[in-house]
Amino acid sequence: MSKSIKLKKGYDIKLVGAAQPTAVMAPLSKTVAIKPQEFRHKRFKVVVEAGAEVKAGTPLMYDKDHPELQITSPVSGEVVEVRRGEKRVLQEIVILADANTSYEDFGAALPDQLDADAVKSKLLASGAWAFLRQRPYNVLANPTETPKSVFISAFDTAPLAPSLDFLVENEAAAFQAGIDALKKLTGANIHLNVHSSHTKSAVYLQAKNVVLNKVDGRHPAGNVGVQIHHIDPIKKGDRVWHVHPADVVIIGRLFLTGRFDARRRVAIAGSEIENPRYADTVIGIQAEALVRNNLKAGKVRVISGNVLTGNTIGEQGYLGFYDHQLTAIPEGDDMEFFGWLLPSYPRPDISKSFLSGWFNSRAYKVNTNTHGEERAFVVTGQYEQVLPMDILPTYLLKSIIYKDIEEMEQLGIYEVAEEDFALCEFVCTSKIPVQKIVREGLDLMYQEEQ
Amino acid sequence: MKFLKDKVYELRPLFNKGGKYEKFHTVFDGFATFLFTPDHVTHDGTHIKAGIDLKRTMFFVILAMVPALLFGMYNVGHQHFISNGEFLGYGEGFLDKLIYGSIKVLPIVVVSYGVGLGIEFFIASSKGHAINEGFLVSGMLIPLILPPSIPLWMVAVATAFAVVFAKEVFGGTGMNILNVALTARVFLFFAYPTFMSGDTVWIAEKADAYSGATALANSIAGTPGFSTSDMIMGFIPGSIGETSKIAILIGAAFLILTGIGSWKIMTSVMLGAGIMGLIFNAVGANEFMQVPFYYHFIMGGLLFGAVFMATDPVTAAQTEVGKWWYGLLIGMMAVMIRVFNPAYPEGIMLAILFGNVMAPLIDYFVVQSNIKRRLARA
Repeated sequence: MSKSIKLKKGYDIKLVGAAQPTAVMAPLSKTVAIKPQEFRHKRFKVVVEAGAEVKAGTPLMYDKDHPELQITSPVSGEVVEVRRGEKRVLQEIVILADANTSYEDFGAALPDQLDADAVKSKLLASGAWAFLRQRPYNVLANPTETPKSVFISAFDTAPLAPSLDFLVENEAAAFQAGIDALKKLTGANIHLNVHSSHTKSAVYLQAKNVVLNKVDGRHPAGNVGVQIHHIDPIKKGDRVWHVHPADVVIIGRLFLTGRFDARRRVAIAGSEIENPRYADTVIGIQAEALVRNNLKAGKVRVISGNVLTGNTIGEQGYLGFYDHQLTAIPEGDDMEFFGWLLPSYPRPDISKSFLSGWFNSRAYKVNTNTHGEERAFVVTGQYEQVLPMDILPTYLLKSIIYKDIEEMEQLGIYEVAEEDFALCEFVCTSKIPVQKIVREGLDLMYQEEQ
Repeated sequence: MKFLKDKVYELRPLFNKGGKYEKFHTVFDGFATFLFTPDHVTHDGTHIKAGIDLKRTMFFVILAMVPALLFGMYNVGHQHFISNGEFLGYGEGFLDKLIYGSIKVLPIVVVSYGVGLGIEFFIASSKGHAINEGFLVSGMLIPLILPPSIPLWMVAVATAFAVVFAKEVFGGTGMNILNVALTARVFLFFAYPTFMSGDTVWIAEKADAYSGATALANSIAGTPGFSTSDMIMGFIPGSIGETSKIAILIGAAFLILTGIGSWKIMTSVMLGAGIMGLIFNAVGANEFMQVPFYYHFIMGGLLFGAVFMATDPVTAAQTEVGKWWYGLLIGMMAVMIRVFNPAYPEGIMLAILFGNVMAPLIDYFVVQSNIKRRLARA
């Protein structure tokens, strides 16, 4: 059953400032936040107010369509603010964490001792359900459905991505318990996909109850979307779930200890970080706690996630619920004299039209400049070079733009998410906002299905 | 640099909405972004973008054409002098030939760019969108595919026709169906055939006694009439940029190495021409059919068309599989037209235009097969 896949297409963007696994810091002050907008298409009812005392695992809000689906606090402490934006759209629930975390007790019980329903209700009650995400559409998994398979990608190929081996260091027991819970919950194949040569951790390689697949290739080979496409492709009506391996660990802890223990190791990376390293922290930590005294001077963009798919949060913002990485790169808001012809500093590109492209080993210091303006679509064949899927990207994007639902289905909209097209957007000569188009397509299909 | 940069920052508000010169916003923007890559940063989506943009892409294509242009200028001079019986050696009278050629060729380049860019600027500012760089390449291609004796007003009329009717009416750069430069040429070919074909047009101010027939025209009688080395080097009459296969191959190598031109299309056009040539050799029903197939590669504009015109990504097939079929079709059609239709001794022009028209159909089949393959998966 297990497969070995070799992907030829793709592109690794090598950047300076990779987090060093030798240094792990533990941030002192802890303000954390849950950002409801991250859970796309969900309408939440908030159940806490500013001033409320919460424990780790105390519900903060629940899904109006599935009230059993709750988002809970990752820490114990005091709710500082429930921030709303325009039209009272829920932006952030901010919590000031206690020095010592106290936990809600959901009862320790190994998944083997429980039935599927008990596993499900434990996940829902503790808030750990939110780690389950669904393809198509890349949204939160629906508690009333069961998937045909579950995917866990044990390596991340994105620029400056954390080593997923390092993220689950010493967590073998919790990881296995998490896998067992997922297996019990779904009864489906749990595909654990490791990199053929880079994955070394026994946590993955010796995991039981999984189908262990080996994948080799450059970015986006680590994306679950690409892996699903090659291992268990999605057709209309199919559901596949995916979970980040570090979140499998949190699920495992729930069953081992009965606690929603949202501790998480994140990478702090990028050229504007003085000392790129890892931090042992919790979900939704404020960026400031991670980059304090560690950020270079100048205009810096602080990103939750990686430079291809992450969100700009700034120093005062909070790390995303699904992000295991903080990246800081310089802003590029400067005009460059004849920059299109004679670049004043090296920059990554898939064409070989830049001298630096001929020297493979170099890591780039990148900034946020667009390196040109948006243009009509002219150059063909670029997207195809970096999308290791049997999908015709330009045709899919066009069908989204003219909103032909049938054609979108035929061309593979169910198999993709924005992140799978992030490299297409990066390489595009015409600077077309590819991920935005894909998101519009997914949103349209999602609404169509409701 | 600092001075210029400050100047741009200083002047920019005048051209923005509500500014004094709002109307010239597009033109200002065109020049400012030529001098300086703008200070735009990414918003949603990827935080970093690759270094390449359309300006760079187009400029690299122009760079790739420079060897063909330089040699073309020299050869225009060379052909002129040898028709008069002067400077018969390849290198003899080097400067005279180069100067004569420049005097003939550069005005054509200037007219092509002047008219084309003028129309582009006008349309961009009246529609309020940024100036697309597409014409930078078309503007260089047009002179290279014309005979050196072409009157300048014809260059102007053809360029205007092509830019307006082949490109702008379809929505501008990226939207056209037919290759813009070839549309200019085909317009002249049918509107002013006496200036585009026959024995007199390929050598500027040719002496009457000297035959000015091209290799293709000669081949109707069964032999190109030039030595293989002359045809490869390019010391033969023909359109300005098409004669030197060496210069074109330098351009091709540059485009392929930088990853800007499609090697698939270049290869498949040559493959298609070779296959068709071999078929004709096997049939051998007339003199032209018996011309050895490899001569097709070095006669006329086949190579130039394959490298610089069939590869135009906007009008070519857009799928990677489709590119192979598209190139094969063009190569085969080009040789077929050459051999079967003596009225159009150069087949590549019509073959590429035909390929342009067929490209969406080719892509359609590639897309359908992709859909079927996906449906058939377990």
